[in-house]
Amino acid sequence: MGYAKHRGKIRFESDLEPDFSKEISSIPEGEQLFSCIQCGTCSGMCPLSQYMDYTPRQIIAMIRGGFKNDVLSSYTTWLCASCYSCAVECPKEIKLTDIMYAAKRLAIREGVYPKRFPIPILAHEFFKNVDDSGRNSEGRLILRLLLRTNPLRLFNQAGLGWRLLKTGRFSLKKESIVHKGELKNILKVLEKEHMVKSKEELAPGREAGS
Amino acid sequence: MSTVGTGSNDKCKIGVYVCHCGINISSKVDVSKTVRFAAKLPHVTVSREYKFMCADPGQDLIQQDIRDGRINRAVVASCSPLMHEPTFRNTMAEAGGNPFLFQMANIREHVSWVTLDNTAATEKAMSLISAAVERVVFHQPLMPNRVPVHPDVLVVGGGIAGIHAALTLADAGQKVYLVEREPSIGGHMAKFDKTFPTLDCSACILTPKMSAVRAHSNITLWSYSEVIGVDGFVGNFKVRVRRKPRYIIEERCVGCLDCIEACIYKSGKVPDEFNEGLVKRKPVYIPFPQATPLVAVIDAKTCIGIRTGKCKMTCIDACERDAIDLNQSEEINEIEVGAIILATGFKTFNAKRIYRYGYGKYSNIYTSLELERMVNAAGPTGGEITLKNGQKPKAVGIVHCVGSRDNKTNKYCSKVCCMYSLKLAHLIKERTGAEVYNFYIDMRTPGKGYEEFYDRLLEENVHFIRGRVAEITDWVMTPEEEGKLVIRAEDTLVGVVRRVPVDMVVLSVGLEPQPDAEDVGRLFNISCTREGWFLERHPKLAPVSTFTDGIFLAGACQGPKDIPDSVAQAGAAAAEALALIDRGYVVLEPNTAYVQDELCSGCKTCIDLCPYGAISFDDEKDTAKVNGALCKGCGTCVASCPSGSLQQYLFTDDQIFSEIKGVILYA
Amino acid sequence: MSYLYFPGCSLKSSGRAYEESMLSVFSTLGLKINEIEDWNCCGATAYMSISELKAFALSARIFALAERQMQASDRADIVVPCAACYLGLNKTRHYLAEHPKLRRKIYKALNAANLKYTGRMQVRHPLDVLNNDVGIEKISSLLVNPLEGVQIACYYGCQLLRPYSDFDDQHEPSTMDRLLKALGAEIVDWPLKSRCCGGSLTGTVQDVGLRLSYILLKEAKKRGCDVIATACPLCQFNLECYQSRMNRYYKDKINVPVAYFTQLMGIAFGLSPQQLGIQRLFIPLKSGAGHVCL
Repeated sequence: MGYAKHRGKIRFESDLEPDFSKEISSIPEGEQLFSCIQCGTCSGMCPLSQYMDYTPRQIIAMIRGGFKNDVLSSYTTWLCASCYSCAVECPKEIKLTDIMYAAKRLAIREGVYPKRFPIPILAHEFFKNVDDSGRNSEGRLILRLLLRTNPLRLFNQAGLGWRLLKTGRFSLKKESIVHKGELKNILKVLEKEHMVKSKEELAPGREAGS
Repeated sequence: MSTVGTGSNDKCKIGVYVCHCGINISSKVDVSKTVRFAAKLPHVTVSREYKFMCADPGQDLIQQDIRDGRINRAVVASCSPLMHEPTFRNTMAEAGGNPFLFQMANIREHVSWVTLDNTAATEKAMSLISAAVERVVFHQPLMPNRVPVHPDVLVVGGGIAGIHAALTLADAGQKVYLVEREPSIGGHMAKFDKTFPTLDCSACILTPKMSAVRAHSNITLWSYSEVIGVDGFVGNFKVRVRRKPRYIIEERCVGCLDCIEACIYKSGKVPDEFNEGLVKRKPVYIPFPQATPLVAVIDAKTCIGIRTGKCKMTCIDACERDAIDLNQSEEINEIEVGAIILATGFKTFNAKRIYRYGYGKYSNIYTSLELERMVNAAGPTGGEITLKNGQKPKAVGIVHCVGSRDNKTNKYCSKVCCMYSLKLAHLIKERTGAEVYNFYIDMRTPGKGYEEFYDRLLEENVHFIRGRVAEITDWVMTPEEEGKLVIRAEDTLVGVVRRVPVDMVVLSVGLEPQPDAEDVGRLFNISCTREGWFLERHPKLAPVSTFTDGIFLAGACQGPKDIPDSVAQAGAAAAEALALIDRGYVVLEPNTAYVQDELCSGCKTCIDLCPYGAISFDDEKDTAKVNGALCKGCGTCVASCPSGSLQQYLFTDDQIFSEIKGVILYA
Repeated sequence: MSYLYFPGCSLKSSGRAYEESMLSVFSTLGLKINEIEDWNCCGATAYMSISELKAFALSARIFALAERQMQASDRADIVVPCAACYLGLNKTRHYLAEHPKLRRKIYKALNAANLKYTGRMQVRHPLDVLNNDVGIEKISSLLVNPLEGVQIACYYGCQLLRPYSDFDDQHEPSTMDRLLKALGAEIVDWPLKSRCCGGSLTGTVQDVGLRLSYILLKEAKKRGCDVIATACPLCQFNLECYQSRMNRYYKDKINVPVAYFTQLMGIAFGLSPQQLGIQRLFIPLKSGAGHVCL
């Protein structure tokens, strides 16, 4: 499938970041990743591995090996739909789904996620949506996603939108909670701790592998 | 009451020896500081350190100090007394000292190995040394007890390990009781067709040994029997064995099969255990043609005659030798033995526990043991490997590590599965010509001729896919998968996920401890590992001994093992038992209880409590009296004595309180 | 029995029929259910890709609001129908219980809004409540319109089961099967009942997302199902709303209705289509044999 990229088959030690595995494994129970025996159960269970540039098992090996740039700019982590098949079947109880999330967050912080790939864009939009108003407005989210990625698909989706509208399942109304200030206060306390300091600082993506 | 130096004419002179144990201790404990500290303790006349106290030069230090009259008691601060207490007691004795005027402080297992904090380690080491010094002051010179060893041996379990141990002992002239739970000896090995890596016929090499067991005049074989009670101690065990009723008089039955034919059930009724449930057997049966003893057994749970009494009992009429007795009841035999060898074996992993592999859900998915029966010429299919529909499989998948190397089932590697999977792959290929796919995590073939066998399989065009199978389903994605079982796994060497359609799947199930291993361990007073394997005394240096003297381990009850390893360990266990018997006596710790007559009130509380009947009442003196030969030093009487009259050698109140004082004084 | 209710964003828009049918079924069974006031997004999947810490805070606020709404003495579980929310809230509960450092941070943040979280609330899926609190017996006693002859493939999806579900088997779920079987339906056995539908990939990387959903539809149809029962708004949306597009994309003619299991229960209880949001379905509920009692 089309998301695989051509990369050189050599990595010099200077290309690698030995501390990368420490960074990723700092999440709760993340140190479990060091017990990986490379059996491939995760990849075999994963319904998406066939579309990934690296299989989930390879991602673990690459994290251990310090292949930071390769991991953060890969499609694999973003294609993970968090169905947890890998995590519940892993014989070493590695919470691979959480590791994928950690890699995604790091990629966002460092701005190395694949550019124009719709998944991180959806994540951004969703995040902003919720941070602003406390709830997600499904209709507006989809519209913004299409505008930011491939406006042509708006036409493609028009029929679906119309049917949803007709059945009362779609609106462009902005959903919001009442006590937005309360939520803002809560989230503000965590700003310093959180990897991305504020939504304005979300780094723009760059072309993967460039 | 005891005074300092009781029983010794000399003044109390204590030598303290602190061991570096290479860097095991010295990397955490400041040894020189502890030596300076010890030198200032009361009664200490010598305080030294050495790199390895257990080595000859280390022991020489103690002996020289004794010979030169510098010391008459010693404290060695080193490892666990389990390791070297006997060593240093001998050291004392050889130099003319009393071996019991000695105390060990464990500053390795209890100190240096369990902390990263050097300061704290040194502090704790000093407090333990202080305690040992305070204690040894109150030690008394004692003489060890010697008791004779009963020359007979009990072997529990009649698989290949138990058989080999029993034969070795019997050939050496010892009388052996071999107790087997199943109706026949033979164990798992009797079920196999071929053995790896030589592919020799399992039955051909096993059955001669089974016959030898039956014929050996030194072996008493009790099949269909279980050990239900063990008392006593090394050299003098008293064992009770329950002989379950087999409803056949063993001495009369010749294994002619007439009763089985005559059974009112014309065909099999219950899953045949020996054939892993692939076929059914009748309530009256002989597990397999070479069963030893070759005696029928009636399964009380399914025999209508036994259950209801309403049966024509055609079997009884058919037996010309009047061997059937449906009213037979169990028999309890009591025996005395000097040593016991446990060879209770293993069970295989229940493949249903891994739901994703579809065992029990889809047909044509077998465990490796089921396939062993299927490929066996004496098995239910006469050695034919066939699908449920009678056809030969065109593709077979062998799934390694089922119930092994998995935190959710068993963490350990079962050790034998790679090799038996290769063997089955070879046999399947040979018998059916099918494409055979091995799905493995790591191929583990250490062993004589094992890697060569793997090479051979590689050349036989068997497929090897390095990846643990994710799932097996009947979910079809392409036309060629139609009607097949689809195995999904990552080919990790290529980095792609593969779907391999096959007709038959073999699940290479791992080895597990017997389900009742914990109970058996308790019965024989030995420990199990966390997984349930019997725990050996030392993983390297005492692999067949247990922490209970006189009880030895053989075969897979101690951990997963293949046949050569099981046989080797069985031989070693037999040799250990022989060494014990040959010596003829055992030396027991002189830790028996004694009565201080002047304090005994004659309340007799202790007499009923003693589990060994070692305490009697002296009517003349009106006090209790301990028979040192019967006392096992359990301490029950000491703890229960209301007047504090009962004391126990090596654990007197003075010794224990002064040891505590030593720690407290230090702090 | 009374419960608090966390609908989540989807049950107020694309998944409205789920809310409508669940509330109707609960009230038929006499279960009291109160929506948590001023609830916010749970911080699931997409949000967690940006900030895990904040996602935990979002969920923690929901718990705190729920605790404020109920007396401390009341036993009050939170019913969460959306699988993603069920996972998000459960994940927060587990992580806050197991990781003290994280817990302290979240407590501090909640403190800024005078909110408190104690962890006394359990997160429950309607399938859990119906099976374990109400029981199959009570449910089948209300049966007026048996789903006889209807072949149903129960589709559980992923996040409802994995990794936190303790009410059903993660490998071989059966709670939905048991409910619908008790109401007269025939249950189709199929191996993909907990395979992922692709989630939001249908909206982002459509060829991948559609393919994942298509695999499910194709297999369910092959096994002879008349209707697929779901327990998650996103699963329902993917399998139903994109069905015509999948047919175009893969040149197929699948036409399988995809309903919430609560809608099917409501039908069996004899509730009106309006009460169950049946009119919101794209593909009308009718089986190959005839109709699903409508």
